[in-house]
Amino acid sequence: MEVALAGLIGVFFAVAVYLLLSRSIIRMLLGVVVLGNAVNLMIFTVGRLTVEIPPIVPAGDYLPLEGSANPLPQALILTAIVIGFALFAFLLVLGYRAYQELDADNTDTMRLAEPPEAPRPPLSY
Amino acid sequence: MESPYQSLDLPPAMIATATAIDDWVVVWPVALSLLGAGLLVMLRRHRDMQLAFAVAIILAIVVSNVTLVLRVLETGPVAMTMGKWLPPFGITFGADMTSALFSLAASAAALFVAFYAQGEIDAREHRFGFYPMLLLLLCGVCGSFLTGDIFNLYVWFEVMLISSFGLLILGGRKVQLDGAVKYGFLNLLATAFFLATVAYLYGVTGTLNFADLVAKADTIPLGIMLTLAALFLFAFGVKAAAFPANAWLPASYHTPAVSVSAVFGGLLTKVGAYAIIRVLMFVLPEGRAALEPVIAVIAVATLLLGPIGALAQTNIRRAIGFLVIGGIGALFAGLSLGSMHGIGGAVFYGVHSILTITALYLAAGLVEKMSGTTEIRLMGGIYAANSLLSAVFIFLVFTISGLPPFLGFWPKLLLVEGGVRAGDWFIVSGLLLNSFITLIATSRIWLHVFWRNGPEGERSEQRNTMLRALSGAENRFGLPSVVVLAGLIAALGLFPDWLFNASGMAGFDMLDPSRYIAAVFVEVAQP
Repeated sequence: MEVALAGLIGVFFAVAVYLLLSRSIIRMLLGVVVLGNAVNLMIFTVGRLTVEIPPIVPAGDYLPLEGSANPLPQALILTAIVIGFALFAFLLVLGYRAYQELDADNTDTMRLAEPPEAPRPPLSY
Repeated sequence: MESPYQSLDLPPAMIATATAIDDWVVVWPVALSLLGAGLLVMLRRHRDMQLAFAVAIILAIVVSNVTLVLRVLETGPVAMTMGKWLPPFGITFGADMTSALFSLAASAAALFVAFYAQGEIDAREHRFGFYPMLLLLLCGVCGSFLTGDIFNLYVWFEVMLISSFGLLILGGRKVQLDGAVKYGFLNLLATAFFLATVAYLYGVTGTLNFADLVAKADTIPLGIMLTLAALFLFAFGVKAAAFPANAWLPASYHTPAVSVSAVFGGLLTKVGAYAIIRVLMFVLPEGRAALEPVIAVIAVATLLLGPIGALAQTNIRRAIGFLVIGGIGALFAGLSLGSMHGIGGAVFYGVHSILTITALYLAAGLVEKMSGTTEIRLMGGIYAANSLLSAVFIFLVFTISGLPPFLGFWPKLLLVEGGVRAGDWFIVSGLLLNSFITLIATSRIWLHVFWRNGPEGERSEQRNTMLRALSGAENRFGLPSVVVLAGLIAALGLFPDWLFNASGMAGFDMLDPSRYIAAVFVEVAQP
């Protein structure tokens, strides 16, 4: 099971990197989403996968049952999903605003902050 | 009558006695800035109250950070674990000298920025929440410095990141959107890789607590250790804008309001540098040792690239952006040395860099306001128009270049001494060349902006007629905060003894985690 998920995570990472290497903002956004999911799946997998025993401590006992699921990765993923979603929403709006204002979806033509033909530094004073 | 659930309510994994009230000083900086941000959001329609409240809250944060530094100086690292859980289970906040010093310097810089901003931020930017976002940014920064849990470090990174997004696009000019796209994507990528590495680390060790990780990291096989260390180096290297991943910084830091540039340049990259020292030096020392040649090359490349980039710029704030990168090189140099002198020097340099870079941005902002342009070529003649600002700027030029007896000299002295003792001439020559090129780059800026009379190409006897005097608000808020901050930097430079002591202690506790671990694992509950 871990091996299958590891393979899936590998595919996710490959897709994310491919999309992020694109010049187009919208593809990079999709890359960010896939990357976030790859990382979340990875946290889930490294927490070790077990089936069917919920992580609940029986009454009167101190320890959960042997082989019960690891609850910590789920807490971590939940945090990461919330944060990742907020940041993605922000980037989506930012990308749209940049498209409206700068009329550019191509990062090569977004050169306002760093003009392509910058003036030479002064040689004399 | 005893409750039948007594045994369930206090299992052995819980702390029996509450943390002493004195130890709460570890969370005050974070708690105060969060509460303050909430308060200011509620008061966002009252423009007249924003500054007073923001300054009062940041002042309280500075005071609690001073208390923390004094406490750590006296008794060593302080720690506190949340929610009554014993340390490896609960989220720990822990401060050794490195955390405390960085946190203090960051809040002090933010105080001056908050005051300066009143002379710059307009009514609309007030309403959109400049001060709440500044406080949230400070919250993320202090949280990153003070947390003792690596997943919690990720959360504080994101708090910092999302408030920095808000600040970066405040005002919504086209050039800001352009800068924010580049800043946003690269920082998000870095945090995603950081989180992936945290996942690996958790998978290998089964814990997230720094103090617990230190012990468990010994058992990690070298190959996995190397992977972890390299991934952390990449993720934090992007955050810190170290050499191959530095392009996002000069593309974005000059686009927002000056106060925002100042707080970004002063604080944000230092968080990345702090995190890499904390993780590679403290948690995974074997990984650092294995990667030492790589870190040395990155350090020297960053040290040289920063000031050389500054030399080629004609936009004053972009030039300072490149100087930020140069300073990060010095922190990496300390990490690469990995000795008491190296780490102590890096921490000292971090404190110096936080304060000096902030002051430099703020002073450059006043220059931009006076000349109405960002181009160094078109400025000129400010020496005649405002001699106080010129004096402050030349002082900052000397400080950032590391000339004695100014603040920048002392950490460079520590780092170079560490390099000489280790016989590491590569690092030593990088550090010295960095000072030399920084001096050329910054004094050239001073020469063009202040000393020369008019814009480039004009005859130098002519006065620059494009200059205007500082407005009332800029004179009331902007200039005083630059002058007082410069005064603080000068005082620290003239009396560096306590900073030497403190950074020595920072280096000691970073190399030998036993005191930190003892502070975290205080007591075991009796069931």
